Amino acid sequence: MRLQLSDEDVAFREEMREFFTTKVSKEIRDTVAARHELTKEQIVEAQQALNAGGIAVPNWPVEWGGKDWTPLQRHIWHEEMQLANVPIPLAFNAGMVGPVIAAFGSQELKERFLPKTANLDIWWSQGFSEPDSGSDLASLRTTAVKEGDEYVVNGQKTWTTLGQYGDWIFNLVRTDPEAKKQAGISFLLIDMTTPGVTVRPIELIDGGFEVNEVFFDNVRVPAENLVGEENKGWDYAKFLLGNERVGVAPVGATKRSLSAAKDYAKTAGPGGTSLLDDPLYASQIADLENELLALELTALRVVAHSTDGKPHPASSVLKLRGTELQQAVTELYVDMGGPASLASGAGPESDLADWNKVSTPYYLNFRKASIYGGSNEIQRTIIAGTILGLRG
Amino acid sequence: MDFTLDAEQVALRDAVRGLLGKSYESSETRRAVTKQDPGWDEKTWAQLAEMGALGLPFAEADGGMGAGPVEVSIVAEEIGRVIAPEPYVEAVVLAGGLIAAAGTDEQRAEILGALSEGTLVPVFAHNEPGQRYSEAGAGVTATKSGDAWTLTGVKEPVIGGARADLLIVSAAVDGGTGLFLVKPDAEGLTRDGYATFEGGRAARIGLNATPATPLGEAGDQSGVIAKVIAEAQIAYGHESLGAMQSALEQTTEYLKTRKQFGVPLSTFQALTFRAADMYVELELARSVVTWATLVLLDGGDAQEAASRAKLQVSKAGRHIGKEAIQLHGGIGMTAEYSVGHFTSRLTAIDHTLGDGRHHLALLVERLDDHGVIEPLP
Ligand SMILES: Cc1cc2nc3c(=O)[nH]c(=O)nc-3n(C[C@H](O)[C@H](O)[C@H](O)COP(=O)(O)OP(=O)(O)OC[C@H]3O[C@@H](n4cnc5c(N)ncnc54)[C@H](O)[C@@H]3O)c2cc1C
Repeated sequence: MRLQLSDEDVAFREEMREFFTTKVSKEIRDTVAARHELTKEQIVEAQQALNAGGIAVPNWPVEWGGKDWTPLQRHIWHEEMQLANVPIPLAFNAGMVGPVIAAFGSQELKERFLPKTANLDIWWSQGFSEPDSGSDLASLRTTAVKEGDEYVVNGQKTWTTLGQYGDWIFNLVRTDPEAKKQAGISFLLIDMTTPGVTVRPIELIDGGFEVNEVFFDNVRVPAENLVGEENKGWDYAKFLLGNERVGVAPVGATKRSLSAAKDYAKTAGPGGTSLLDDPLYASQIADLENELLALELTALRVVAHSTDGKPHPASSVLKLRGTELQQAVTELYVDMGGPASLASGAGPESDLADWNKVSTPYYLNFRKASIYGGSNEIQRTIIAGTILGLRG
Repeated sequence: MDFTLDAEQVALRDAVRGLLGKSYESSETRRAVTKQDPGWDEKTWAQLAEMGALGLPFAEADGGMGAGPVEVSIVAEEIGRVIAPEPYVEAVVLAGGLIAAAGTDEQRAEILGALSEGTLVPVFAHNEPGQRYSEAGAGVTATKSGDAWTLTGVKEPVIGGARADLLIVSAAVDGGTGLFLVKPDAEGLTRDGYATFEGGRAARIGLNATPATPLGEAGDQSGVIAKVIAEAQIAYGHESLGAMQSALEQTTEYLKTRKQFGVPLSTFQALTFRAADMYVELELARSVVTWATLVLLDGGDAQEAASRAKLQVSKAGRHIGKEAIQLHGGIGMTAEYSVGHFTSRLTAIDHTLGDGRHHLALLVERLDDHGVIEPLP
């Protein structure tokens, strides 16, 4: 047992720190720090800066731009990026479809898509969930029927995050309606400009439009856009969802925002006094710091033990508690603002601080974190079933 | 001891429920109303006036109905059930309460009469940037020259401040905090209105040597302010109860109808137990808030009761609001579906007039006052 990083890893951390704080524009990092929404262009710019430095997709095979990093180095990369307020590479590209194409796609698909995916020249959307298939994803109903060398796709996807920016969408579609649930599903790539694809925005409770419904009405898709084998899509989806065990808990981002909250707290009391002098705030912040420490150490234990490439069963712990802490910090901001946190719509003439104005929409928006990507109930089911051997 | 409503109170509840149920039939009707200024429906406000709901707490001599805190609580709770955006607690309980408690005979008759009739909406401009839940309102200064008073400073956020016909502004005076009536078109006054996240409205009110009239006696009114704020805190508790009740009802309904894995969600005990916990929180909050209203009725220690109610509601509201969204899954996050609106409104109320933590701190200061808490007089 040993706590220190090796000299190599320390140097690696320095290198990352240096890169993130110099190679990504300050404007973008300030926008992240202020918890303002990034534009599509900013997200693209940030990822392209990383890609130019060869570190946008370290989790991919080296042949396609990946790095032969250890899980610990990938963890350091991820944490330092968040600590520096650098937006992480678009998850749909870097964490999801890229690795699936790299692992299961034909050589032709790899060449066609991987470089553009790494560089965010193609913006991917994720078309998995449907109105009736959320947690029970395998019950999905969108169909793809083979006609000659095309698939004809009909159905509806929903909750498609940032689908308004999407160039392409990777979908789970039903190709064999006769087969049992999981068995008849395929993984299909669809150009969102194809006739018959319609994207309709959904407004969320914070007033933002980050998710969409996507409708497919007799959409004709070249058969070569199928990833891997027909009816094997569920395996690829499981690979995709289990893939990102590094970084499921946004520890770095939460640490950073808790530390910023501490700074704001110093003058957020009545008349500019420090809320840190208020024992209720002080104890809550200290408690959150400790919870985050526990989470980070758990993440490090997971990282240290996943060198064999198998997911550590505790990754559900990270998702579950990581999202809870992320949400707790957004709630802390609202509380620290008090009545000022009502002023979400205040304009430039307002006397209230900018962090007050964004805090409640942010808090409401982050209720999503315990729902998407396998809800916290589903994580508990995994812990109870897979880890503890309890079958409900 | 009796915690039930009498026949007349039940009739009031049913009438208000009927009216608001029609005005806010669905979350879509509410959204349509909150999208446009002033953020609430003037017609519904007029109907509430016609029904007598706006004049409930005021003396008949002042143009009111001469009813009490229980009747007010009934209306507030119905407002919360459909999260009607009409500023009932803000205009009637808080602003109206200050006028009733501090106003001169003429001020009371003039303002409360018009408020009861629905023709004049007053709001209390008390929050100040950087002051959190301070009761002092000392960031605005009052200056007297001859017989005339002027006010200078900033109030923000002032709930309903952009639409209000009359502002009651708290300001620093010799020996404490005074209350002043200010006309929105008064000289040197600027108001910048904006929407708040839950569909409400607030404003920044700037005052620059703005002419003002003392409400009642010129001088310290902090005792009145504290008492009326306590009444509003308790009324907000009822509004929250209504919202929590609806959020729970909607959630249990959803668990029964939403199917995943081929079965209704209600077959998963992990979820039904959480709905059961929401119910537990709701009932406990209901008990404390109802008790607080009865303390008001009895003329007991309103501030302590209000803090206890606010603390309980803060915890219950957060719990129920978050769980309501979570148990709905993605649909709970959407603006087109109402469960998130209940959570938003509960969040807004929680951070108005002191959140749970603020009231916990106040209760901590009183810990030594008592050995046991005795709820019954
Ligand atoms: C903001 C946001 C962004 C999203 N982005 C995308 C995206 O880009 N692409 C995409 O494909 N999807 C996306 N999703 C969809 C997301 O993955 C689903 O919302 C999620 O899987 C839950 O499904 P559901 O919403 O249908 O809820 P349901 O499955 O209906 O669940 C409702 C509630 O029941 C619980 N529950 C369900 N089944 C069980 C069970 N067996 N045991 C115990 N509890 C259970 C859930 O945890 C939840 O609390 C997004 C969702 C949100 C909110």
